[in-house]
Amino acid sequence: MALKGNLKDFGITQLLNLINLARKTGTLYLEGAQSKAYLCFREGALVYAAADGQELALLPLLQKAGKLTAEQARVIATNMGSKPDRDVALMLIQSGHVQQQELVQLVRQHITDTAYSVFSWNAGTFRFEPNELPIQGKLVSSIALENVIMEGSRRLKEWERLQEEIPSLDVALKFAEKPNTPLRDVNLTVEEWRVISFVNPRNAIRQIAQYNNMSEFQIRKIVYGLLQAGLVEIIRPPRQMAEATVGEPRSVRPEEKERPEAMMGARRPDVKRSLIHKLIDRIREL
Amino acid sequence: MQTLKIVVTGPFASGKTEFIQSVSEIDVVSTERKISSRAERIKDATTVAMDFGRITIDEELILYLFGTPGQRRFDFMWEILSEGMLGFVVMVDSTRPETFREAQRILDTFRAYSPVPYIVAANKQDIPDAWPADDLRIVLKIEPDVKVVPCVARDRESVKQVLLELLYSILEVMDQTEE
Repeated sequence: MALKGNLKDFGITQLLNLINLARKTGTLYLEGAQSKAYLCFREGALVYAAADGQELALLPLLQKAGKLTAEQARVIATNMGSKPDRDVALMLIQSGHVQQQELVQLVRQHITDTAYSVFSWNAGTFRFEPNELPIQGKLVSSIALENVIMEGSRRLKEWERLQEEIPSLDVALKFAEKPNTPLRDVNLTVEEWRVISFVNPRNAIRQIAQYNNMSEFQIRKIVYGLLQAGLVEIIRPPRQMAEATVGEPRSVRPEEKERPEAMMGARRPDVKRSLIHKLIDRIREL
Repeated sequence: MQTLKIVVTGPFASGKTEFIQSVSEIDVVSTERKISSRAERIKDATTVAMDFGRITIDEELILYLFGTPGQRRFDFMWEILSEGMLGFVVMVDSTRPETFREAQRILDTFRAYSPVPYIVAANKQDIPDAWPADDLRIVLKIEPDVKVVPCVARDRESVKQVLLELLYSILEVMDQTEE
């Protein structure tokens, strides 16, 4: 018989604890306010997870990890037809395109990341279908739930704190006028630099995340770090800023809306001659 | 508040950091760190270096100077940094001909990223062995309409001159576009 309930009454952590302790086999279906997910378990271990219809797919996974180029992925997809991911993975391992250990690591990472993403769901419904495992032909791994629960809970607390600090991603950032930290001592990660390079009153945090392919959790974490270091400050949403800006803000044409870089006002900025003259005058004064 | 960006690029140790430092009103933020992304954790530790400086123009306008990492292995950062730039400066160490080929490669790469105006700064002109700017133009195959400006990155006046020449080039391009 399926276990059903409401996430308000019985949270994700409790559900996973139950599955772990009872060493259950089956699939947990979750339906949140805006998202859906399902997690598969075999004898209490997490073996597969997918959210929002995004199944774990081998070629996009390898492409995202830089193990395959887009062209390689396309050729493999064409040649392998409708063969299940498990068979394609075996072929790639045998042909030396990817190491077995690397692939296992990527699959585990994907599954756990998906599982961590549902920890923040505190509304919606769940249904656990015992002995139902829709994983045929899919890439799976066996992951101990204790660690997932501990890490998920830790991330949940961190997520809650980040949400308090940065309630909206539709605000923009600007560099602090007087940074708290002596800038000579600042060490930034590559990811932080990626964010820094887009700090501009016209770019909402959400757009910076889209452009850098970062999740909400990742971008919040990085922005929080930069805020704490006093390097950046949150400012009004870009639309309001645009109204107050000196130059003409670059509008996003309908056909560009699918392209995040278009939204960044990237490539060739719209700049008026008067701004260049201002720059020239200021630099002459230096 | 509006911000504008100029990118300073060039081979490793060509003088990008000094260039930015000479005119920035803030300490140049630079970073050196061990790579820690998942893919790189299994490889040897390495160093990233990148800088940015700031010049406040007025209450509503700020110019940022972004220095790119010179090492080839960090060229993935170049395109990110080039987004939305007003123009770029290619720094060349005029005393190290062994870096000229790399300078040309970087120049070609940045030109492909964005059709914005650029300028070549022939750095270290205060050193006796420095190649003259005119010779660099020939070696680097710089087109006649692109300026190659002698430069000493430690000297603020010299850096100002490079930035001004870039801004003049930007104005010229604007004029041509308007015509």
